[in-house]
Amino acid sequence: MGKLATITRRTLLVGSAAVAGGVVFGVYKAKAPIKNPLLDSLQPGEAAITPYVKIDASGITLITPRADKGQGSYSLQAHLLAEELDVDPHGVNLSPGMPDPAYYNAKVMSEGLPFAATDDSKLARSARDMGGTMAKMMGMQMTGGSSTVPDSYEKLRHAGAVARETLKQAAAQRSGISRSELNTKNGRVLFPDGNSIAYTELAAAAAQLDPVRDVALRDQSEWRLLGKNMLRTDIVAKSTGTEIYGIDLVMQNMLYASVRSNPGLGGKRLNYDAGRARAMRGVKKIVETRHGIGVIADNTWRAFRAVNAIDVDWGKPDYPASSKETWDVLANSFVDEHRNSRLKDLGDVEQAQKDSKVIEAEYRVPYLAHAPLEPMNAVVLVGDERLDIWTGTQIPGFIQDHAAKLTGINNDNVFVHVQPMGGSFGHRLEFSYAMQAIEVAMGVKGTPVKMTWTREEDMAQDFPRPAQIARGKGTVQAGQLESVDLAIACDSISVSWFGRLMGMGVPGPDLLIVAGAWDQPFDIPNYRVSGYRAPVNRPISSWRSVGASGNGFFHASFLDELMHAAGADPLQELIRLCNHDVSRKVLQAVGDLCNWQGTQIGKNRGRGIAYTLSFGVPVAEVIDVTNTPSGIRIDKVYVALDVGKIIDPVNFEAQVSGGALFGLAHAMNCELTYENYQPQQTNYHTYQGMRLHQAPEVMIRGLENAEQIRGVGEPGVPPAAPALANAIFAATGQRIRELPMSRHIRFA
Amino acid sequence: MKLKVNNVDYDLDVEAEMPLLWVLRDELDIKGPKYGCGIAQCGACTVHIDGQAVRSCSYPVGAVQGAVTTIEGLGTPDALHAVQEAWIEHQVAQCGYCQPGQIMAAAALLAQQVAPSDDDIDNAISNLCRCATYPRIRAAIKTAAAKLQGAA
Ligand code: FES
Ligand code: FES
Repeated sequence: MGKLATITRRTLLVGSAAVAGGVVFGVYKAKAPIKNPLLDSLQPGEAAITPYVKIDASGITLITPRADKGQGSYSLQAHLLAEELDVDPHGVNLSPGMPDPAYYNAKVMSEGLPFAATDDSKLARSARDMGGTMAKMMGMQMTGGSSTVPDSYEKLRHAGAVARETLKQAAAQRSGISRSELNTKNGRVLFPDGNSIAYTELAAAAAQLDPVRDVALRDQSEWRLLGKNMLRTDIVAKSTGTEIYGIDLVMQNMLYASVRSNPGLGGKRLNYDAGRARAMRGVKKIVETRHGIGVIADNTWRAFRAVNAIDVDWGKPDYPASSKETWDVLANSFVDEHRNSRLKDLGDVEQAQKDSKVIEAEYRVPYLAHAPLEPMNAVVLVGDERLDIWTGTQIPGFIQDHAAKLTGINNDNVFVHVQPMGGSFGHRLEFSYAMQAIEVAMGVKGTPVKMTWTREEDMAQDFPRPAQIARGKGTVQAGQLESVDLAIACDSISVSWFGRLMGMGVPGPDLLIVAGAWDQPFDIPNYRVSGYRAPVNRPISSWRSVGASGNGFFHASFLDELMHAAGADPLQELIRLCNHDVSRKVLQAVGDLCNWQGTQIGKNRGRGIAYTLSFGVPVAEVIDVTNTPSGIRIDKVYVALDVGKIIDPVNFEAQVSGGALFGLAHAMNCELTYENYQPQQTNYHTYQGMRLHQAPEVMIRGLENAEQIRGVGEPGVPPAAPALANAIFAATGQRIRELPMSRHIRFA
Repeated sequence: MKLKVNNVDYDLDVEAEMPLLWVLRDELDIKGPKYGCGIAQCGACTVHIDGQAVRSCSYPVGAVQGAVTTIEGLGTPDALHAVQEAWIEHQVAQCGYCQPGQIMAAAALLAQQVAPSDDDIDNAISNLCRCATYPRIRAAIKTAAAKLQGAA
């Protein structure tokens, strides 16, 4: 039986056990030690002391299982291991390893729980532990949710320390000098007399030992690498064109392919005529896939040309064919029948609004494509009872499961080789491209095939960020916010994604519908946030910052409207309302950074502020704009945030700046609109984003007051759009309640 | 058909309309130039023809008249071009997929204009970076300009 089926059954078991109030199975499984997957394939003389460190006579390999989509996670994981192991992260090999339950991500599931990140209660804490336990049992090897740092921070340092002490133990046995008298430096064990021995020479002996598990982590004051500016391990390769991405792989006798599938995702392929394609130069084979048609050729461009020359009739899937219909479904979803959550319900909103002047506003955010610059691709070699796939993915274990199911090849004989990635933004939490590549490669068993999507196919086959509508009602009194009632309608990302991934839905309310809105740390006397699950059912997925990407815009925009109506200074009012110490300091810090004096900063200019807590990270952004004759120009962005501990200041700044600008780029001019199931935006000419001439300076202040360390890849995104909308309002008096803003205003 | 790439002469048998990008990537296995859009919108495929930056995805190989330089021909990890040095110093790359194109566009600009202003940079560099590394791209171009002037 495939692992997928096992997982599903286990999950159900946990689900039912949890409902009954017991976690016996969970505790049992969770306490069972995890098997080290490196032990299976060791050659004589090799040692794999932990799942993360492999040493043989020729060198040291650090296993960095969290995928690197550009956020620098390989380098960061290597530095965490190297700090305790005492090696140079630039002088060792790095490998993402093979998918294995040992590399489960304990933090990725803690986000989906009905507790705000600021909730420190015992119940919230134990629920988060439970999330980690489930992830361990399910072998959730996944990269996402800004969870790499929280998950790796102790785990990898600990793994480095275990490996170091075990190597010292081997040296102690060899020399007769006790382990406590030995030191380590730069890949060597140092003896008191000044002599030393390389780790690589100790590998064979260390492999015979039980790992030394009783190790203490070094104090921060002893750190050589962490907390200081790092040089990313991939930076030279990425600055010289020598980084090899999945799309760059070459293998002997390799063929090239491209696939076109039903733009109505999940829909059928009906009739097709491949006559013209078959006759084109370089075309080797036409292959039918479940949802489309593929061409194998001797060159990517020839495969592109041929696959585009096939006439295909597509079947119709059973969800709305156009964005217009989607908007109607969303607009009709604000009814009790569709109410999915009301996790924030303070005071009495209805009472507060009964006799007051109620301010109402409706907001919309569109479908968005992930559109990483490298289109999806995979190299697949199907052999007899063995399958190898080389691809950039955030979910290697799930690709293994689905590949096994698709081909009937045993799970253990499916090898997923994770490749460096030219971006993701959540795109690589999906796997349809990988299955298509396998379907094509099955047509030429024994020959490796590289399947590449055209950009147009990458846009059409994307599982987008969902469209959403929010309705706000609020009142103000005596210069302060009195009531806020925010209702959000959205389809369920969790149901859509888990359905594809694991063939099952998720019970209970979908927090992603309200993430970034219900969990904000403000004491508004009457305060309600409701989620409505709209039955749209066009397949959707996670997009950098997920639920908070839209909800941050709704929440921070509506608060700004109310604060304006109250005549309150938005920064002062946010600080006054804030009930979370760490967040209050973030707000104060952004005020200091920009020298806040209110929203009016000169003729034709305006300043806006927005705050969003997402993935446990409070972020405040201030944006300055000028209304120029050729349109709105974004002059400057100020960001303050708190991730608890900054591991690498250089990459921290890159992620925060990149996140804020990513948020602005899409808020300015990006949307997917569907017509007959097909996105009307087919390539970057109609999905522009931001270019250099539009990119403002970004000033960043990172605080370290939070108790827990957090990831920084996503939290910079959500406050960018509302801060920009609020700045444009300050400059022009025009409230923009619908994204992208280019529908309403021009940008310079 | 003859083609000179990074100072090596090649003789090719391909369709004249095949874009230069795919000749480089799939016929010659020169993988520095990247495919991002195929319609001259992103610049990931930027190479030089006789020193001019061109988007090779939209340049038929049959129309190439001069010598082609890709990022591999600009500099190597052991012998970096000043622009690459600056890119490393500022740690510009995130996913890095756009950066060969960005670097080639910047190198062409600096070859023509030793000390470009912000406006010059804005006008010359329209390459897309989905990771939005733009502030560091700008800073690195200025550092590279200073390096090249110092060397001149
Ligand atoms: S691939 Fe040539 S410009 Fe995008
Ligand atoms: S660094 Fe990722 S696209 Fe530019």
